[in-house]
Amino acid sequence: MFGFVKKTLAVTAIMSLAGPAMAQETIKMGSLATLEGAFTVLGEDGMRGVRMALEEFGYMAGGKKIELITGSSDASPDSAIRATRKLVEQDGVKVLIGPLSGSEGLAVKDYSKTQPKVTFLNGSSAAQDTTLRSPSENFFRFSTEGAQWMAGLGEYVYKTKGYRSVAVLAEDYSFPYTQVFGFLEPFCRLGGKAPQDARFWVPIGNKDYSSVIAALPDDVDAIYVALGGADAVNFLTQYEQSGGDLPLIGGSITVDQTVLGSKGKTRRSVIGTPSAGPVSDTWDDARWSNFVAAYKKQFPKGFPSPSLFAHSYYVNTKAALLALDKVKGDLSDGGNKFRAALSSLEFETPTGMVKLDERRQAIADIFLTEVIEGPDGNLMNKTIKVIPQVNQTLGVSYEKFLKYGKVGRENPSCS
Amino acid sequence: MDTRALFSGSTSLSNIHPAIIVTAVFLLAYPSFASDFFIFQIGAYSLILGTIALSLMMLAGYGGMVSLAQLTAAGMAGYLVAILGENSVGVMGLGWPWWLTVVSAVLGAAIFSAFVGAISVRTEGIYTIMITLAIAVAFFYFVRQNYVLFNGFTGFAGVEPPTLFGVYWRDPTPFYYLSLVIAGGFVWAVFYASRSTFGLSLQAIRDNPRRMRALGYNVTLHRVAAYFFSGLIAGTAGVLLVWFNGRISPGSVGVDVVIDILVIAVVGGMRHPVGPFLGAIAFVLLENFAIDLIDRERFNTVIGIAFLLVVLFSPDGLLGIWNRIRSKIRFGRSGQQGASRRTGDDRQSAESSDNVKTQEEV
Repeated sequence: MFGFVKKTLAVTAIMSLAGPAMAQETIKMGSLATLEGAFTVLGEDGMRGVRMALEEFGYMAGGKKIELITGSSDASPDSAIRATRKLVEQDGVKVLIGPLSGSEGLAVKDYSKTQPKVTFLNGSSAAQDTTLRSPSENFFRFSTEGAQWMAGLGEYVYKTKGYRSVAVLAEDYSFPYTQVFGFLEPFCRLGGKAPQDARFWVPIGNKDYSSVIAALPDDVDAIYVALGGADAVNFLTQYEQSGGDLPLIGGSITVDQTVLGSKGKTRRSVIGTPSAGPVSDTWDDARWSNFVAAYKKQFPKGFPSPSLFAHSYYVNTKAALLALDKVKGDLSDGGNKFRAALSSLEFETPTGMVKLDERRQAIADIFLTEVIEGPDGNLMNKTIKVIPQVNQTLGVSYEKFLKYGKVGRENPSCS
Repeated sequence: MDTRALFSGSTSLSNIHPAIIVTAVFLLAYPSFASDFFIFQIGAYSLILGTIALSLMMLAGYGGMVSLAQLTAAGMAGYLVAILGENSVGVMGLGWPWWLTVVSAVLGAAIFSAFVGAISVRTEGIYTIMITLAIAVAFFYFVRQNYVLFNGFTGFAGVEPPTLFGVYWRDPTPFYYLSLVIAGGFVWAVFYASRSTFGLSLQAIRDNPRRMRALGYNVTLHRVAAYFFSGLIAGTAGVLLVWFNGRISPGSVGVDVVIDILVIAVVGGMRHPVGPFLGAIAFVLLENFAIDLIDRERFNTVIGIAFLLVVLFSPDGLLGIWNRIRSKIRFGRSGQQGASRRTGDDRQSAESSDNVKTQEEV
């Protein structure tokens, strides 16, 4: 009656067959994005960014061939860690690009501390603490994060639009916290108000906003909305239908192409909505338009214009490739030279120059935009202003910035 | 197996099949030749998932109660470890000593499981599944929206096992042995319990609750007790799981993971405590390596098809496939020498086809 145990043997024998493989003349590069779950579409666009950068270099860097190995997560930190561990410990990648979302980024940063010989570059995750508090020596982020993305928006709506008091509606997790913080911090410093009882936090994937809309106060000048994808579309539709007429202020992924491209007459209400982020669809600059043209050529089935996920993954992958070129693909010292090259790297991206601060966080240009109706009736973001070289501490010293406290639902208090 | 062993639940050393010894030696020697990745992420993780699925197998296989809240009980234990012990998030983290934390977490999970049982045992079949699924989903949404205790969407990170006897228990090899001892212990315990008076009455209740009630057994109490014991198993595995991941968040107790546990138990086979571990090994291997077999956009399809094939061709899981192959080989060989063994096996397979039938009725 113990015969079934032989089955265990058979399976465990198969387990032991596979072992770690080593590369000689190729460099193994891993890439981790959300290829399953709610963020699949975004993850696929991130992967497009990786492949664009590799294509640009002909899959060669520093005279060595680059072998790309992909990993997938479902946006939960657990799955991101499992996929990362597999790429690093089983496939033996020396350079890893990823992950996509905020909480995953925090988890991968923690994991990177246990693998000092592997170099991690961020994908598009944009939580603040990935690089701000207890950063990891071998985790680099050449893309900007959620609070940086809001640079200039607070001043703009206070000074130009004349708003003095706003309500806040955002999803309830680390990335929107970072965005709300980045928007409110300068806004409140100038004297703006965002009362605690006018801040609404909804779970990701919320479908029904009627209770939130009913509870929105009348005595505010505008609503700051930090929702993404389908959540943003649902809110905008329902707000329009319920006759809401307060002006809106958008988070970085609230009025981007994925939302503006949606069908329906709800779109009237978003015209004039100011927003800010790391990319601007209509930036009139050769670097950006060349990037868009290359994207469209390589991926005819992709988005009409590369999303910020493709952009972030592209920038981080390109940084890795440039640094590999610099060290002639030599990772034999556990990647020390490579990481030194990354730290001092400064290069031209489709959205301007990028360089790192001492915690390996990008300093880059941010775009202040406003939704307009294009000549063919399509809605698009018009670039109002480029805020040059925004750093993570938003202009103040590191010590002073830490005193602002961790991002969260009640920070800044603004009262 | 003779009648005495059957009813006393005792097994003497000479009764142990050689295959068990070979497997035990293999499992013990495994870390000496496998890479860290295979020890930790494949080996230890399979053992943990297998243990959670074992708690489901015990309820479903012996009690006829398919509970989808087993992972939730494990998640409850994981959350309790983060809340009562230490974490790096700055929410809760009461800093209790590790042994008190672990004991409270496991007991908490067992009580939670007994509570789930108390709610659901008066139902049968699909209604049990519905109720336990509802509890699992409610728990998921509750921890996602509660910030005071469970820290909402972010959950807890920086949950570490203690450093004991100079060993850091999250290093691959120590953690593997820890998981192996716990998994092995529970397999033995479930196997032993299935031959004990309690286990036998539970199986009798599964087959005919009305007759058992007429005989004077307290059917409800038996079932709730089974839930309590399965909660102990799931809770212990939950503690290991939170140490394994170092973190826990609502995503760890989401509906998809709840279903994964059911898939593991069904694919492995519900008839014997070893089944869930076979299922877990298959699941973990596929989860890790399917992406290398095929285009990255399609790898979840491979996983789905593999499980579909197993269930299609062997309704009693991987265990059933093996049993079938074995009996084929034996019939091919023919001859009389194996006759006595065969009768033994036939009795067992008759017994197990009864099990299958009961489950189908369920």
